[in-house]
Amino acid sequence: MTARIGVVTFPGSLDDRDTQRAIRVAGAEPVALWHKDKDLKQVDAVVLCGGFSYGDYLRAGAIARFSPVMDTVIDQAKAGLPVLGICNGFQILTEAHLLPGGMLGNDHLHFICRDQKLRVENADTAWTTDYEAGQEIHIPLKNMDGRYVADRYTLDKLEAEGRVAFRYLDVNPNGSLNDIAGITNEAGNVVGLMPHPEHAVESLIGTGRTDGLPFFTSILKKLVNA
Amino acid sequence: MSKTPLDTVEHAAATPDVELPWAELGLKKDEYERVVEILGRRPTGAELAMYSVMWSEHCSYKSSKVHLRQFGEKAPESDALLVGIGENAGVVDVGQGYAVTFKVESHNHPSYVEPYQGAATGVGGIVRDIIAMGARPVAVVDPLRFGAADHPDTKRVLPGVVAGIGGYGNCLGLPNIGGEVVFDACYQGNPLVNAGAIGVMRHEDIHLAKASGAGNKVILYGARTGGDGIGGASILASETFDDAKPSKRPAVQVGDPFQEKLLIECTLEAFAEKLVVGIQDLGAAGLSCATSELASNGSGGMRVTLDDVPLRDSTLSPEEILMSESQERMCAVVEPDKVDRFLEICDKWDVIATVIGEVTDGDRLEIFWHGEKIVDVDPRTVAHEGPTYERPYARPSWQDELQADDANKLPRPESGEELKDQVLKLVASPNQASKQWITQQYDHFVQGNTVLAQPEDSGMIRIDEASGLGVAIATDGNGRYAKLDPYTGAQLALAEAYRNVATTGAKPLAVSDCLNFGSPEDPAVMWQFAEAVRGLADGCKQLGTPVTGGNVSLYNQTGEAAIHPTPVVAVLGVIDDVARRTPVAFQEEGQLLYLLGDTREEFGGSAWSQVIHDHLGGLPPKVDLERERLLGEILIAASRDGMIDSAHDLSDGGLIQAVVESALLGGKGARLVVPDGLDAFTFLFSESAGRAIVAVPRSEEVRFNDMCGARGLPATRIGVVDGDTVEVQGEFSLSLADLREAHEGTIPALLA
Repeated sequence: MTARIGVVTFPGSLDDRDTQRAIRVAGAEPVALWHKDKDLKQVDAVVLCGGFSYGDYLRAGAIARFSPVMDTVIDQAKAGLPVLGICNGFQILTEAHLLPGGMLGNDHLHFICRDQKLRVENADTAWTTDYEAGQEIHIPLKNMDGRYVADRYTLDKLEAEGRVAFRYLDVNPNGSLNDIAGITNEAGNVVGLMPHPEHAVESLIGTGRTDGLPFFTSILKKLVNA
Repeated sequence: MSKTPLDTVEHAAATPDVELPWAELGLKKDEYERVVEILGRRPTGAELAMYSVMWSEHCSYKSSKVHLRQFGEKAPESDALLVGIGENAGVVDVGQGYAVTFKVESHNHPSYVEPYQGAATGVGGIVRDIIAMGARPVAVVDPLRFGAADHPDTKRVLPGVVAGIGGYGNCLGLPNIGGEVVFDACYQGNPLVNAGAIGVMRHEDIHLAKASGAGNKVILYGARTGGDGIGGASILASETFDDAKPSKRPAVQVGDPFQEKLLIECTLEAFAEKLVVGIQDLGAAGLSCATSELASNGSGGMRVTLDDVPLRDSTLSPEEILMSESQERMCAVVEPDKVDRFLEICDKWDVIATVIGEVTDGDRLEIFWHGEKIVDVDPRTVAHEGPTYERPYARPSWQDELQADDANKLPRPESGEELKDQVLKLVASPNQASKQWITQQYDHFVQGNTVLAQPEDSGMIRIDEASGLGVAIATDGNGRYAKLDPYTGAQLALAEAYRNVATTGAKPLAVSDCLNFGSPEDPAVMWQFAEAVRGLADGCKQLGTPVTGGNVSLYNQTGEAAIHPTPVVAVLGVIDDVARRTPVAFQEEGQLLYLLGDTREEFGGSAWSQVIHDHLGGLPPKVDLERERLLGEILIAASRDGMIDSAHDLSDGGLIQAVVESALLGGKGARLVVPDGLDAFTFLFSESAGRAIVAVPRSEEVRFNDMCGARGLPATRIGVVDGDTVEVQGEFSLSLADLREAHEGTIPALLA
């Protein structure tokens, strides 16, 4: 048996088909979910993919967070459903308060697209068990609003609880506090990050690295063994 | 508030003596008289608006079309061409049932006025051309030209253009995989912002811009129509109405990439369900263009109710609605029983869609406003039978003097130390420096099919996951070469783009072009244009790559000073398996470097002559298209059979520029030996065409040499991939660190 992993398409989602492909490459079954539909089609996990949902108008992720599908995602995530938010998906998760903090415009005020070095800080979440803690990986990064910010209390709490899941190495590409690239919730089922693991699953494509594939194999193993 | 009476067809016929502002709208007297002759009466205001914009240089190609005909007349036989010149974009067969459409267009003038929106809407327009053919857009490329890199205005224009291209293209989810950035003082007041796009579809999904089948409905969908981009038509409006409305309207359109993304998805879904008979995007000349072209290409006429057009500004006059260039709008022709389903799909994507008319069995385009007929024309006379000019052209008086000012006679470096110094200057010069600061503002990865992106020789996209079938595209143009000799310059642009596609392992198939020139009313400029078109048409014939479409941008000049003639050529190629692509970067130490082709003393228009001597004169490098074809065949065969691990085309900056780029990208140096019969300077800096360097694994050397020998292509071993320096034996050595600092520091220092 395999796992069914949903990928939500909002108006303005861009990486929905790429994310479905990454899920397929990992050996799981992708299921397309539509933002106007509250039904999650009984998927075992959900990915909120990258893009510019609603054009990122108002604030990145702020409108998508109120889509009908998010009502169900929020309820089920609180009940333990694994949810991964990539880039715009991460922004939506913070807007939905499933993850703390928020994202501001990059400190250099430009869109940036680069092959980004990261350190895996937490290899115990639902989406990261196929990494080793401390492992250094390269994942493509591409965003306009990627500067992670939170108040000092939240940052201290995230650090103390080991909930910083990924940290930028060598270059902090957007001015994120504590070099934070991605975080997890307390339970470890909800993870968000700015870089795009779905663009690093085939050796021929993009940067030619496959460092993003363990996101999808981690969740697959967890679901199949559950 | 009082209004003058609506200028209906009936009113126009009854008031032949009313003076219309045809001159203010850009029509010449004889053009206006021709309109009156066609109609048998004076035009209504709305008709005049349509004719004036559709007969403009931009829409009618009236100065260029007598020359552009050569692209058809000289077109080589090609099995690959599915749709040629005249549609929204050409379509090429790439095998396995796939068809690819691609095109390059200019958005030069708007981008100077308002860099961000001008560039953004340039991307939007070319992408809609691709969708209108039935294809899913899969990549964009952006050939750009700016004024001097250190001119203060470049710092206004360039960052805005780059942010606009990124802001729009990134939000559409289209990887930006190629293009160019060139600086030259001649573009100071006339930056060239060209935009290219590629789309992929199955053969059976090709759609055309035609309205057929009486009773079929005409549906306008996408953004509401506003007052942006109206330009000259507001003159008409002020003639017709009083002053109690906003008069200053933006002539540059404002883009909404989110709306365009919805338009892409909704259009492709309608195509997939076979709901669309004909389709046209709304770009230049807006509804005037879309309705007249759809009707003109179809079998019947068309009736349109202008009151039904959804508006952003309810005070717009009918003339303004017809002229508006509001972005993100499309027009589809749909059979009556499929209209409901079409509207449903639009609703799913939150796209506004409105039936605004229908195809009739007559041959007239009739447009109504408040129940009265304001347009009654034969659509062909608007869309296709505009004026044609045989503009006078003459070889400029200064051309001989320019060519006599031989760059080969410029003082050359005399020692290894001087060579080294000039190499550092060359790789750090704005035109030769790394453009990473620019390209990193574009998304290369989205869609998950990018095999190669800039700074590779061509951008490459996988189009079939199972077989690995892919397409490659390169755009090139060298205004300096074209200034010295426009015929040869156009062929050099073609040769370079062709070579760049072949260098990555793809087989060149077809060409699109964007021809950027000064004023056609200047006989010298017209001569440059005529020569460039003749050169390109002859070149395409010889290489067997037909021109499938493109764009002409004239009047790129400030006062008397025209830009360098700048034909930008895009070549599209196909590769059976993207796993066999060849990258620029050196892969492994110990691999042997070969120089393919002949090196001559050719420095006219070269980067060296510009960087070291600020000189432009002499003749550009010679073109040998048969050699280009042979070189291409060798590069493709070597890639397919695994004989080479990296390859880089030689063009501006010559061999040393290519070696430095391959070394920096691969993080591996090179030791070079000056071959017998060449001096170090010519070896390093010559820009002879028809050349490439390749890195050959030692195990493949014999096989590779045998292939080149058997085919008669000169292949000279010039060194080896090695170490962390670029060394030219007996001359100089430069560390990769120093080269990197020089090559990558320039653009951020100027623009960041």
